[in-house]
Amino acid sequence: MKLTLKIWRQKNADAQGKFVDYQIDGIDGDMSFLEMLDVLNEQLVAKGEDTVEFDHDCREGICGSCSLQINGEPHGPEKLVATCQLHMRSFKDGDTIVIEPFRAKAFPVIKDLVVDRSSFDRIQQAWGYISVNTSGNTIDANTIPVEKAKADDSFNAATCIGCGACVAACKNASAMLFTSAKVSQYALLPQGRVEATERVKAMVRQMDLEGFGNCTNTGACEIECPKGISLENIARMNREFMGATTKS
Amino acid sequence: MSVLDSHIPEGPLAQKWTNHKNNINLVNPANKRNIDIIVIGTGLAGGSAAATLAELGYNVKTFCYQDSPRRAHSIAAQGGINASKNYQGDGDSDYRLFYDTVKGGDYRSREANVYRLAEVSGNIIDQCVAQGVPFAREYGGYLDNRSFGGVLVSRTFYAKGQTGQQLLLGAYAAMNRQINRGKIKAFNRHEMMDLVLVDGKARGIIARNLVTGEIERHSAHAVVLASGGYGNVFYLSTNAMGSNVMAAWRAHRRGAFFANPCYTQIHPTCIPVSGDHQSKLTLMSESLRNDGRIWVPKKKEDAEKVRKGELKPTEIKEEDRDYYLERRYPAFGNLVPRDVASRAAKERCDAGFGVNKTGQAVFLDFGSAFERYGKEKAYSSGHKNPSQDEILRLGKEVVEAKYGNLFQMYEKITAQNPYETPMMIYPAVHYTMGGLWVDYNLQTTIPGCYAAGEANFSDHGANRLGASALMQGLADGYFVLPYTIGDYLADDIRTGKIPTDSPEFDAAEKDVKDRIDKLMNAGGKHSVDTYHKKLGHIMWNKCGMARNAEGLKEAIKEIAELREDFWKNVHIPGEANNKNSELEKAGRVADFLELGELFAKDALHRNESCGGHFREEYQTEEGEALRDDENFKYVAAWEFTGNPGDAKLHKEELTFKNIELKTRSYK
Ligand SMILES: Cc1cc2nc3c(=O)[nH]c(=O)nc-3n(C[C@H](O)[C@H](O)[C@H](O)COP(=O)(O)OP(=O)(O)OC[C@H]3O[C@@H](n4cnc5c(N)ncnc54)[C@H](O)[C@@H]3O)c2cc1C
Ligand code: SF4
Ligand code: FES
Repeated sequence: MKLTLKIWRQKNADAQGKFVDYQIDGIDGDMSFLEMLDVLNEQLVAKGEDTVEFDHDCREGICGSCSLQINGEPHGPEKLVATCQLHMRSFKDGDTIVIEPFRAKAFPVIKDLVVDRSSFDRIQQAWGYISVNTSGNTIDANTIPVEKAKADDSFNAATCIGCGACVAACKNASAMLFTSAKVSQYALLPQGRVEATERVKAMVRQMDLEGFGNCTNTGACEIECPKGISLENIARMNREFMGATTKS
Repeated sequence: MSVLDSHIPEGPLAQKWTNHKNNINLVNPANKRNIDIIVIGTGLAGGSAAATLAELGYNVKTFCYQDSPRRAHSIAAQGGINASKNYQGDGDSDYRLFYDTVKGGDYRSREANVYRLAEVSGNIIDQCVAQGVPFAREYGGYLDNRSFGGVLVSRTFYAKGQTGQQLLLGAYAAMNRQINRGKIKAFNRHEMMDLVLVDGKARGIIARNLVTGEIERHSAHAVVLASGGYGNVFYLSTNAMGSNVMAAWRAHRRGAFFANPCYTQIHPTCIPVSGDHQSKLTLMSESLRNDGRIWVPKKKEDAEKVRKGELKPTEIKEEDRDYYLERRYPAFGNLVPRDVASRAAKERCDAGFGVNKTGQAVFLDFGSAFERYGKEKAYSSGHKNPSQDEILRLGKEVVEAKYGNLFQMYEKITAQNPYETPMMIYPAVHYTMGGLWVDYNLQTTIPGCYAAGEANFSDHGANRLGASALMQGLADGYFVLPYTIGDYLADDIRTGKIPTDSPEFDAAEKDVKDRIDKLMNAGGKHSVDTYHKKLGHIMWNKCGMARNAEGLKEAIKEIAELREDFWKNVHIPGEANNKNSELEKAGRVADFLELGELFAKDALHRNESCGGHFREEYQTEEGEALRDDENFKYVAAWEFTGNPGDAKLHKEELTFKNIELKTRSYK
């Protein structure tokens, strides 16, 4: 396959960025999107040019590092995949592909396609945990049975990889899907119920402080989420939040 | 130091850890506030250690090269984590877990460490459940278990195919709680470049801020290395792209012995290599072997037709299939340990029975599982005479509920639907059992420098059984290190802050800067990846699933030559004081080029076959590994003396008082 790539190049956070065109040839359908970028970078090294910076690590859709806006869509055209799981067989010979970093005020660009998503970390630091001591003096794990359906729902929420596609897809750059997935994971388990009220308040407060927008129920986040995190989580978070704020 | 003291406590095996804890020095809570600890790595080992050390009251700094601690390579672990809870009542116990692990490791691990691991394993599950890790549950609300290769009980706890993710998110949440309390300061997108020793003790690190390129000094009273394994020395592996040996190797160069580097686990169920462009390999969880059956065609003609696409696997009749694991190992069948399953696949493919284009793949078939589960499901829901179609449909549903995400992943990568046609798999480099030598307290040969998780060597011997790395990482981090490090730090309560303006820090920082300059100015024209791929090629062909003396000698020579060429001819674009992933890779590959040589040297000296180390010269007539307990029942710990090829061998003799050494048989 022969392709034209239009890639966002930006030297650092303060520099002005611009699109640069690259021609690339010999791309095989079995290559992943990131392997295609590897091929491009090899060629740039050979020509003595600077390589394109992008984030990646596991390359199997689980670490949440890779984050590209491909032809206007986070992680590209396939549903339920992260960028590293997107294969070049999704494109055609002669295609032009536009590659940009995820865009949101709360995700400043670091360089080229790499953005800073530490706002997600700070939302979780705000109360995205169960306050249990790690000393190992906990009760036997089977002492508190957990309803299977609840455990499964909690697991489904917990599979969020923190990639940020939901934010990038949202016209308001809202982090509701991400935050609600974290809130739900704990809210659904008896272990997490104890401090659920304080948790939801603290996490929502931090989310707002980070400069994420509000949710206007468009649902683009759910469509673009590589892990199929459901909008139900947002509804659950809203219920939890309403409950929490009316209580106090 | 030439004599290795493992500091194994006295007393009977089952009481060693308790006795040790009772006699260990403690640090008064008020004094902990005056003690700083650096933790390199935020995977299961580092994340859990950091959270627990901070919980205890120490000041902790964590480092990781990713943008968030949550992205550490541990996130990718699929199958599960072992614990001897005996919830299934199938006869499990601490002793059995200990026994299986020592046997699985081909009697090349330390008894006392492994027993401790088994002893704390149950606690790990309790801890994680309390933290909100959503493990799989049964309808009654209790935790579910499954079984993994190499054992006959169901002791593996899991969260679908994402156990590592869920456990890591648990440790990350525990870290976040401490970050929120101000007890952990997290340095993400930072890489440890060197270890700083003051008066022979580990007192800090030199790190590079990967965004700005700034070189930073960080001091502490102790340094914990939880930087993961070095499987990426092979270039293609199941590891994350950034997994590297730098932190461990820099410590090795500063005096920490490196143990058993040649012990590498090759995992039998990975997606086969599809072409030259490939950057990494993807694992299909071993749990699939619970239900999938492994086979190749019995007839070479059939195999050839399958390779050419003229015959579909589903068209091959039952009697024309060779379920070679069930044939060779009737007791364990498809559940033999990884080294055995991997070698058996290689043997069949080398003999000409491989089933993909390159001839390097075997089938993992769920046909019988669809049938078995479908019948059961139909029966239990009242259909006593279901049609074949209905059976298959129901069976596929059951399999989907168990392994759905793995099937999906397979389809995404290969563009083949595994519900319709059997999966194809082949072995790939997965895990490294070697690592920094540590004593019972997890201290390396450098005082104050500790190693945990995959970065140390201690618990898995020559082979790692499934679901045991997660267990070891969390055992080290939550339950072992936080105790044992106190014993060392008790002497440091009056030391005060360690200054970073000492000559030792000056010198280490200068070393790091010089090295970066040298890399940036090598003046060549080849990319870092070119070298990494070449190294990987040598490693796979000559130090891979099977090794022999001649190949290893060649490897040693070739790696040394490649290293020399690298330093002359590598080209790194961009700047050192900006984000520069080529420079990051170069630093890591430079260390792999040294480690690779030590790896081959270690493999060459070990004239026996055991676990993940298979020397072709040492095998039985049936092609099974031939161990030599008389001459090689020791840990090989290498001391750096200036050049990896001249590393000096130290031996830690292994004594087995509680287990009888037997030929490992899974027949
Ligand atoms: C695909 C896959 C599936 C697996 N499945 C299972 C399973 O089902 N069960 C099981 O028990 N095991 C499994 N394993 C093995 C297990 O996941 C790993 O052995 C284990 O997670 C390693 O944990 P760790 O904490 O030691 O290191 P890692 O999780 O690798 O963490 C390393 C950390 O060190 C940091 N780091 C590295 N170098 C530096 C440096 N120089 N400076 C700063 N930071 C650095 C990294 O950023 C990272 O935070 C699997 C492994 C793979 C690859
Ligand atoms: S909710 Fe989905 S899109 Fe958003 S961070 Fe999580 S996995 Fe990514
Ligand atoms: S690289 Fe890990 S999710 Fe894509």
